[in-house]
Amino acid sequence: MSGRVLVGVKRVIDYAVKIRVKPDNTGVVTDGVKHSMNPFCEIAVEEAVKLKEKKLVKEVVAVSCGPQQSQETIRTALAMGADRGIHVEVSGNDYETLGPLQVSKIMAALAKKEDAQIIILGKQAIDDDCNQTGQMTAALLDWPQGTFASEVTLDGDKIKVVREIDGGLETIKINTPAVLTADLRLNTPRYATLPNIMKAKKKKIANVKPADLGVNLTSKLEVLRVEDPPQRQAGMKVETVEDLVGKLKELGKV
Amino acid sequence: MAALGPLSRITRLGCNFCRNHRLVFNRNSQKRGIASCIDPSYGLTDEQKEFQKVAFDFAANEMAPHMAEWDQKEVFPVETMRKAAQLGFGGIYTRPEVGGSGLSRLDTSIIFEALSTGCVSTTAYISIHNMCAWMIDTFGNDEQRERFCPDLCSMEKFASYCLTEPGSGSDAASLLTSAQRKGDHYVLNGSKAFISGGGDTDVYVVMCRTGGKGPKGISCLVVEKGTPGLSFGKKEKKVGWNCQPTRAVIFEDCSVPATNRLGEEGQGFNIAMKGLNGGRINIASCSLGAAHASVLLARDHLLVRKQFGKTLANNQFLQFKLAEMATKLVASRLLVREAATALQENRADAVSLCSMAKLFVTDECFNVCNQALQMHGGYGYLKDYAVQQFVRDIRVHQILEGTNEVMRMIISRNLLTES
Repeated sequence: MSGRVLVGVKRVIDYAVKIRVKPDNTGVVTDGVKHSMNPFCEIAVEEAVKLKEKKLVKEVVAVSCGPQQSQETIRTALAMGADRGIHVEVSGNDYETLGPLQVSKIMAALAKKEDAQIIILGKQAIDDDCNQTGQMTAALLDWPQGTFASEVTLDGDKIKVVREIDGGLETIKINTPAVLTADLRLNTPRYATLPNIMKAKKKKIANVKPADLGVNLTSKLEVLRVEDPPQRQAGMKVETVEDLVGKLKELGKV
Repeated sequence: MAALGPLSRITRLGCNFCRNHRLVFNRNSQKRGIASCIDPSYGLTDEQKEFQKVAFDFAANEMAPHMAEWDQKEVFPVETMRKAAQLGFGGIYTRPEVGGSGLSRLDTSIIFEALSTGCVSTTAYISIHNMCAWMIDTFGNDEQRERFCPDLCSMEKFASYCLTEPGSGSDAASLLTSAQRKGDHYVLNGSKAFISGGGDTDVYVVMCRTGGKGPKGISCLVVEKGTPGLSFGKKEKKVGWNCQPTRAVIFEDCSVPATNRLGEEGQGFNIAMKGLNGGRINIASCSLGAAHASVLLARDHLLVRKQFGKTLANNQFLQFKLAEMATKLVASRLLVREAATALQENRADAVSLCSMAKLFVTDECFNVCNQALQMHGGYGYLKDYAVQQFVRDIRVHQILEGTNEVMRMIISRNLLTES
């Protein structure tokens, strides 16, 4: 057992930024906009580092797919406690069309190459809200998956995962190797400390090309149009319950 | 954001994320938006950007939500400061062997600037604490460094800097608190005024007179709380800086071991001034953070408030005013960072540059915050809106750590003294 954890971290537009749609409706404005690590990815990194601190895993490797700037995101993961990073270089048009299917192919290839035991990802990215990469990665590897994890406990060569589902909480036990996706309440990510940020400078980030992993990045999806959600319409005030029921009937709601 | 109360909070497209308490928009959260001309991360190394990011995150999550409450209830936020110390903020430019982070003056400036956007008063106290830790680390012997610095860097203990007296402010060298040598002790008599943290802190770095008149007769002693003869005045009621208590520190036959003296007798004034050079950069950095936050608040307000059928942002006078504020902010930032670099490198112009930075930046940033308040109209005057707290908190930066008038003295002396 390698005791190695792969953590995927994605560079996304910072959650606090006010998003603007590009005038040509092909996407949102990203130039000059503040980016940071996807919050669910932060939670994933925190969980991996916690496992290492409990000595349940031996090494935490942070992976990011994207252009040069993705290295900043990997550095943040290193400052939080990851041991080393892998930057899969994807830029230009390939980056525009990079989606969960491509990323999961990359993660699967890396998992085999690095002999990973656990892959932890955020449950979804806050830019596309896909919630697919974890599941697809597990399928490609034919590994069990513990998604929407709000609690993770390692138990020998199995993992107990408490999942947040619509009906409440579901507890499952899965074999390793496995894929986990982090939900909001799994943990509270730590702040990087100044000493850790300085130590992170010395940690290595390897550069890899998708072709080196034998991954084809072509996407069968095409974004046709991106637009703002409709403006919120004004409501109507009524005086009595009878009026309310009348109005609802008028609108065909009742 | 300090937008008008009834205006809706802007939520991300399609994301049900706001449950996370760390990310709930509060009236103080900064809109970190499209990279603008005032982005404070320009020109920084990747490592400095990481430091800045941690400081900004800490400020936004741990300080900004409590800024108003701490001010109104006059809370000294010990737990929050200890959390900051765990990240390494307790002794930022103190050496690592005694628990510090060993960073440069520029790194320190960047960190305080970012922390200040969350709460000026708390950050200013943290900077004073840092200054004291550095003084002991730099001028103390190994025994003193090991005795005091680790607890200060972790903020297990808090520190205060005691120079000013009721009778000597700008004329610091005329201080009267006496320290008479009696065997292996000094006996202190006198009082210090306006001491930040006084009464609540544990370690007091005290400048006192061991010799004759003037600066050469002053030494620096570290006095610990609980020492018999050490007492405190009433807590002062201030316009701002309410997150830190300010009290007089009184010595009545207070006996302090001679092993608590930093450096040699007569070196005290020099130690005090060297501490203040860095302190001035730190205070200026705090002013920068407040001005940065205020410009963002003003900008957000201009984009939202409508009068005469249009948002205020359409008004050319206000556009130009905002541009001037941004320009002064960036100019101030450049001056502080240059002064920090000069001090780090021990350049010949370091002292003057630190004084120039303190003078220029505290004045300009106060004006920026004041104008930001004006742009808010009546709302700017309400305590529900953060901008008034920034104005009140940084007003004192023009006075302490050497008044801006004393800064002018230092600079003019440099120019007019025949070399």
